[in-house]
Amino acid sequence: MPLAVADNRDLAHDESQDFVWTLNFGPQHPATHTTLRIVMKLEGERVIDAMPDIGYLHSGFEKIGEHLDYNQYVTVTDRMNYISPLANNIAWHGAVEKLLGIEVTARCKYTRVILAELARISDHLVCNGAMGLDTGAFTFFLYAFNQREVLYDIFETLCGARFTNSYTRVGGASQDFTPLVIEKIRAFLRNFPKTLDDMDRLLKRNRIFHDRTKGVGILTREEATGRSCTGPVARASGVTRDLRKDEPYLAYADFDFQVPCMKTGDCFARYWVRMEEMRESLKIVAQALDNLPGGPINVGIDERTALPDKRQVYQTIEGLISHFELTMTNRGFTVPCEETYAATEAPNGELGFYLVGDGSDRAYRARCRPPSFVHFAVFPHLIRGHTLSDVVAVLGSLNIIAAELDR
Amino acid sequence: MAKGGVRVAVELPENVVVSKLDQLASWCRKNSLWPMPFATACCGIELMATGASKHDLARFGAEVFRFSPRQCDLMIVAGRVVMKMLPVLQRIWSQMPEPKWCISMGACASTGGIFDTYCVVQGIDRFIPVDMYVPGCPPRPEQLIQSIIDLQDIIQREGTVTGEEFSTAQRQMTKRALMELPVIQQGPGTGFAVPRSGVGV
Amino acid sequence: MNDAMISTLEQRFAGTSSSEFRGQMRVVLRREHVFAALMWLKDAQGFDLLVDVTCVDYLNYRGAADRFGVVYLIANTETSQRLTVRVFLGEDDLTLPSVVSLWKGADWLEREVYDMFGIIFTNHGDLRRILMPDEFTAFPLRKDYPLQGRGERHNFPVLSRDRS
Repeated sequence: MPLAVADNRDLAHDESQDFVWTLNFGPQHPATHTTLRIVMKLEGERVIDAMPDIGYLHSGFEKIGEHLDYNQYVTVTDRMNYISPLANNIAWHGAVEKLLGIEVTARCKYTRVILAELARISDHLVCNGAMGLDTGAFTFFLYAFNQREVLYDIFETLCGARFTNSYTRVGGASQDFTPLVIEKIRAFLRNFPKTLDDMDRLLKRNRIFHDRTKGVGILTREEATGRSCTGPVARASGVTRDLRKDEPYLAYADFDFQVPCMKTGDCFARYWVRMEEMRESLKIVAQALDNLPGGPINVGIDERTALPDKRQVYQTIEGLISHFELTMTNRGFTVPCEETYAATEAPNGELGFYLVGDGSDRAYRARCRPPSFVHFAVFPHLIRGHTLSDVVAVLGSLNIIAAELDR
Repeated sequence: MAKGGVRVAVELPENVVVSKLDQLASWCRKNSLWPMPFATACCGIELMATGASKHDLARFGAEVFRFSPRQCDLMIVAGRVVMKMLPVLQRIWSQMPEPKWCISMGACASTGGIFDTYCVVQGIDRFIPVDMYVPGCPPRPEQLIQSIIDLQDIIQREGTVTGEEFSTAQRQMTKRALMELPVIQQGPGTGFAVPRSGVGV
Repeated sequence: MNDAMISTLEQRFAGTSSSEFRGQMRVVLRREHVFAALMWLKDAQGFDLLVDVTCVDYLNYRGAADRFGVVYLIANTETSQRLTVRVFLGEDDLTLPSVVSLWKGADWLEREVYDMFGIIFTNHGDLRRILMPDEFTAFPLRKDYPLQGRGERHNFPVLSRDRS
């Protein structure tokens, strides 16, 4: 039992432990954002040690990855970081395309960039909204969720599902952008900055929020790198690494945007970095929409990699044969017996897939490098010495998504 | 008029409604559901969206989300339940006071959904009673709202003012949605053996 | 710089081989050199970020000699250089030195590899199961473990209306 392990753990002041008491936090507690469990050692209200206990949502994602083919598994990645499913879709098929050696079309790259950035906004809205909720700002949460509904609406217009999108396919996407989608995204681009400013004003000068987040859960730059942190968590500590800039994938090299960084590394810095990233994402989306290339969204039908669209399947013999072969076992993709790792800058940090191909159309091993898992490992380090009420602030700022944590 | 009945010749004012006490009790019960959000995964986000401004569950008398099971009478299980979580789910269910109902929200909670793997429980109804299943992966907020309305209908139809049907299991057999499946025994070769101590293979 | 680093690595640690696929540099180390080589890569070559530690079970893999392959993905945050370090383990000896003393981020990643594959990391300090329950005895991501498990998922008491 983890509790027993917590008891046996050698604490710094071990000789007189009668003032130390153990508190179980979770696994079913609203402020734990789904299913986490933390066993804490408290001295009064001060946390002197915390022992996370995870696995309460371990669903065997990586095992399923060995039994579904490269197109089917995208549905499972939806449920990985479920507040920004599109980012996972794009990361997964980015890795598959790297393994298979497919170069997607320019239009596909741009649409993926747009959707990845919209997913980033929706992720940060939940993360910051929930952090506001946990620190007592309920209105902030409602503002955030209202804008998420607009994003859901865009995704639903695009691919028919508001939440679990399963949008990408090997070598392309399930649907192309329609004029209605573009119009809705443009409307979002017009209206969202106002809400973002409102949200900013709600908490920027809010004394309670500042007191609860500034100086809490400080992560230094060296610690951030040494503990494998990436994404907003690392950038709030002064690490400038952003895969969109440092290893530009898709079409990120074409856009002009900044990477917001803070040096303080506390909860407020992580909150602030996320708020600023939303503004930068808006800039990227606007540029990508303005320069959206024409042409097909899928790679050509002759390459036998992307599923042809339904019109091709029903009206041309090439489309029919291609579709038939791609969906048949062992007739589909030509996969090298090789291993690749491809990463994208997901809203939470570096989301990568380590793929082992064995020649068949299923991955031999589909390892996901989950940012939440790495970030939650930092939690005991961040909370040590703070009070019990800071637990929710730190948890909220790390944006732990249990399905990505446990997979 | 039945034998022994009393002829009533009183004219009622407009603001007086005649009802049965049983129905009155059920009416109170159904319109003050306090849900306990047992949100584990993706459906939890849709559950949050249901409570948030656009869909606003408060319109249907079930908005008082309470996070302590002792204050709740409706458990909404949103998301997949895995091996490690199931004992927690059962414990929370048994902590809730009667009368209580359970909505299994989404495909994963109802059947395991796409997660037919070694650690995901294939439907919580194998281990706790469920009154209402909501299909979808995840269900839309409208579906969840509809399921709550349907559950309110069920609550309105059954139930007495004394609440005695909630105390005896016999009376509840009709709405018991529990599939009695054989429990797989512990032993060698099942993956579960005697709890071991320490680290090692 | 990349080629110089690889050739130095091959000289310093005998039996190291390298390959490249889709622009991704990979080295295969012998088990006894893992810790020293990773320490050299971190301290002398600036690979300060441990991206991931994972494992692959090559049970049915075509042409695989050893059963397990542990993979370390490391990166240099200054130059954005990446390196994949692999080490193969036979079924007879599943121990590897832990790299927690080099990167603290390895703590949970190694615990997960232990939980899923049963690779023992020596000097880890806190090598327990992380995702599966403590009572679990199998290693679920090994290839000889079935996808649906062996019935553990339904090995629970049933709670009915009259008992709750």
